[in-house]
This record gives sequence, structure tokens and C-alpha cells, in this order.
Amino acid sequence: MKVLVTVKESADIADDFAVDDDGIDETYVEYDLNEWDDYAVETGVQLAEAGIADEVVGVTIGPERADETIRKALAKGVDRAVRVWDDALAGQDLLDVSTKAHLLAAVAEDEDADLVLSGVQASDDSFGATGVALAERLGYEWAAVVSDLDVNADAGEARVNRELEGGLQERLTVDLPAVFTIQTGINEPRYASLRGIRQAQSKEIAPKTPTDIGVET
Amino acid sequence: MSDGDVLAVTEHRQGELRDVSLELASAGRALADATGGDLHVAVVSGDVDAYADELSVDGVDAVHTVAAGDEFNHDVYVAAVEALVNDLAPTQLLLPNSVDGMDYAPAVAESLDRPVVTDAVEVDVTDDGLAVHREMYGSKVETVISIADGPFAVTVRPGEFEPASGTSDPEVVAHDLNLDLDALGSTVEGYEAVDTGDVDITEADFLISIGRGIEEEENLELIEDLADATGGTISASRPIVDNGWLEKGRQVGQSGKTVTPTVYLAIGISGAVQHVAGMKNADMIIAINTDPNAPIFDISDYGIVGDLFEVVPALTEQFD
Repeated sequence: MKVLVTVKESADIADDFAVDDDGIDETYVEYDLNEWDDYAVETGVQLAEAGIADEVVGVTIGPERADETIRKALAKGVDRAVRVWDDALAGQDLLDVSTKAHLLAAVAEDEDADLVLSGVQASDDSFGATGVALAERLGYEWAAVVSDLDVNADAGEARVNRELEGGLQERLTVDLPAVFTIQTGINEPRYASLRGIRQAQSKEIAPKTPTDIGVET
Repeated sequence: MSDGDVLAVTEHRQGELRDVSLELASAGRALADATGGDLHVAVVSGDVDAYADELSVDGVDAVHTVAAGDEFNHDVYVAAVEALVNDLAPTQLLLPNSVDGMDYAPAVAESLDRPVVTDAVEVDVTDDGLAVHREMYGSKVETVISIADGPFAVTVRPGEFEPASGTSDPEVVAHDLNLDLDALGSTVEGYEAVDTGDVDITEADFLISIGRGIEEEENLELIEDLADATGGTISASRPIVDNGWLEKGRQVGQSGKTVTPTVYLAIGISGAVQHVAGMKNADMIIAINTDPNAPIFDISDYGIVGDLFEVVPALTEQFD
């Protein structure tokens, strides 16, 4: 099966940041792989190592700068990546859940993904909505806030735990194809090996515009 | 239906209405007042008639019940809320930003083609439309998102709005759901409580709670020394438990334990909302953090802006 992992570069702000009318000055901002997506990447790579996933593809929405973030996922074992962007998106409010869901859905359809893994939320905007909106857009099943995942590709389903409030877990069975939003703590994300980092340099990051994937923005 | 109507969708689990339900009712009432609409409240699945009684509180104009299955299932909720929205045409759709809310609200919004803003801590009606306040960067920054006109969906952070109270006599309307419950794409098999180990942090008077600031597992020794010297009980924020450095039973926060000790000492914990939800009702909160902007200081009675690797040993020495 093919697994698509959504990856977002997440902004972190310095302790002594300042805010003006336009938001937070770029000089206080550092970008890194979103913490939740790190666990989603690890989940995807482990599925490949277990022989369940044939290919793990990363997808991100972001400018060229985001290559640096997605290369971290490639260094951890994601096979290749797609980065969606054009300058028209820069002017748009990327908090718009629907735009993100439409762009990611177009890539998922293009890739014919059987399973999409995304982080529960981004550490910067904490919206926590993209994965489930994406599932709805794709017509896939889904589960949000997944703390345990056991994929049975032959049966076309997955056994999933969702982490509820107060230390309670919900056990459920979900039909594939599906989108799962991955909670931190589900696994131990690996550090990229030197070999992985070297290999990532030669892995493909395909830049695509919304038009390339058939989305009007 | 008049323009400005609000539909608030409540939630329940294992036979209990969850607290956020009455908070949604009060948030919904305030919005309906500001826009001159009615407040409709919905309850889906479970013993809906009993829940409808509990939801007959001040300010609720109508309760809509959808009897379908026992517990939360997102396919049922999406179908039920879609049908209610199509029927009632509310301008404003309020949903909980709970774990279950996160599992269906974005799908409902996408399917209904309504813009969605999640995790609101405050919602105001202004001349320019709706102003939704929410937090970013681990609660370090508050932003306001404006929604101009037209129908929308907002999810509300649990614990931020006063619960509605009192009693009223709203119209209760039962709705049928046209959905085959045996043909859903996801099936809830049951619940399990996480094994919490042998320490009950909810019983402790003095909690010494440790967060990401401890950096390395071996540094926990510093905290153990302080606990030995003071007789305090060690608890933690999520990253420490995610890393496997302490057992799940020691986790304070939304997905862990809710604690109310006499003293809560937060060391190297920034105070993200999920953590604060579990400890904000401690009698006294003391925080040690290098970042003066850390949100933990907003709720602390005493704060030390400093490096825990200097402060904690000095503190331990005072008690030794």
C-alpha cells in the first residue's frame, strides 16, 4: 500500500519576540518540522519497515524554504516528497482549513494513497482541523488523535486507539482508505542517521503548483 | 428561522453529558443575544431524552435530539449535524473543541462548505462580523480571526466559557436520522483506561511537576533530589511521558490527570493549554521557567524566571 504523510514546517518564536500590527517579525521566527508530524513520519516509516507500506510519500504546502523541513522527513526514511506552492498562496491566509484540505486531497488523489497520516495539529497555529477536513474532502474514513495504530492491509481496515480526555482510550476499527491524525507519544521518532541525511540530499522533492494538481486557488 | 440563529452541538460519553455542553450553551446564548437569533441545542446518540432534560437550562430556545446508537461515532455525528444544519439553517454553528469535536467538526464544516475556526477562547460580535479569539505558539500569542458574513462553524475550547445554569422549558424536537448504523466506515469497539501505575498524583498535596525544560532523562535526578528533600510527589507534562521518562499515570493535563494539590510547582513547563487544563485549580501555583513570556506565569501565584539547573539545586539545599 502507499502511504502519504502530510508534513508542515512549523514556526517557533524566540522567548523575547515582539508583536506588531503585521504579526510577529520574521527575525524572531524559526521553522522546524512540526512536532506532531514527526510522529506521523515515524508511523509511516515503521509501516514501510514492517513491509506493510510499499512507499511512503511526504507532502507539504509551503515555499521553497520548506524544502529544508521536508528533507528532515526524507532523512528519516520517507521515500520522496511533493511540495505544493505558488506565489498566489503566499498572499492567502493559510489558516484556511478548506484550501489546505483541497490541495492535499488533490495530491492524495494524484498519488492514489491508501493511507494518509498527518499530525493531530500544528504546534504553531494549533488548528487541528486539516486531517479530518482532508478525509471528508477525499471521501476517506478517518480517526483523529490516534495513539495506537495497527494496519491490516489485507482486510482493508485498521485497528486504532484514539486518545480521549482524562486518560481514557477509545478502541475502534476503521475501513481503509483512511486518514489518521497522529498524536505525540504513539512511537519514538528516530533521529536521522548520517546516512539518512546523505541519502535525503538525492531524494526527489517535486515542486507542484495548485494548477499542476488541478486546484483553482 | 431568523437570521442569526445559533446551533450548538453538545457531547456526552459513557452516559454523562460532558461539561463542555453547558459551556457551549452559554457561549451560544451570548452569540444569539448579540445577533438577535434563537439558540438551538442539539444532542446526538445515547439517552437523548435524559440529556434533553439536562440541557433545559436558561437561554436555550429549543433542544433537538437525534437518537442513533449509544456513544460517539463521527459518521453518525457528521450525518446528524449536517441534517440539522440543513433543516434549521443556523448562521452560527458551535461545536466543542474536544477530542471528539476534533474528530467530526472539520468534516462537518468541509462538507457544509462553511469556514471553520477552531479552539476559540472568546467570541465577540462586532460591527464587522464575528471576532474569534484563539491562541497560537503554545498559548504565547493570542490572535483574533474575523469572520465577515455568512454561515460559519466555530469550535470552542472546553473550560473557557461559564456553563449555562438554571432551568427552562425549551421545545424538544426529535429528529430521525436516515443512516444505516450497520454500514458505517468506523466502529467503536469500546474504551479502556490507561494503566496509571502505583502512584496517584491526584491525592498528593505537593506536586513537583517537570516539563520539557529538563532536557535529558538523566537530569530527572535533580527533581528526585528535590522530591526527597521536600516530600513532594513528582508529576509531569506530556513530553516527559511521551519520551517514556515517567509513566503515564504521572501526566498532568487534558489527556492525563486533573490535579488540585495545595501547592503545584511547575518546573520547566511552558504552560500550554492542554497542561493548564489539568492543574489550573491548584491552590497555589509556583513556576520556574527561563522564558518570561511562558504562559505558565499567567496563572502562577509565584514565578521564578531562571534556569532550573540553578534554581532547583538551590531549592533542594534549602530543605536538606
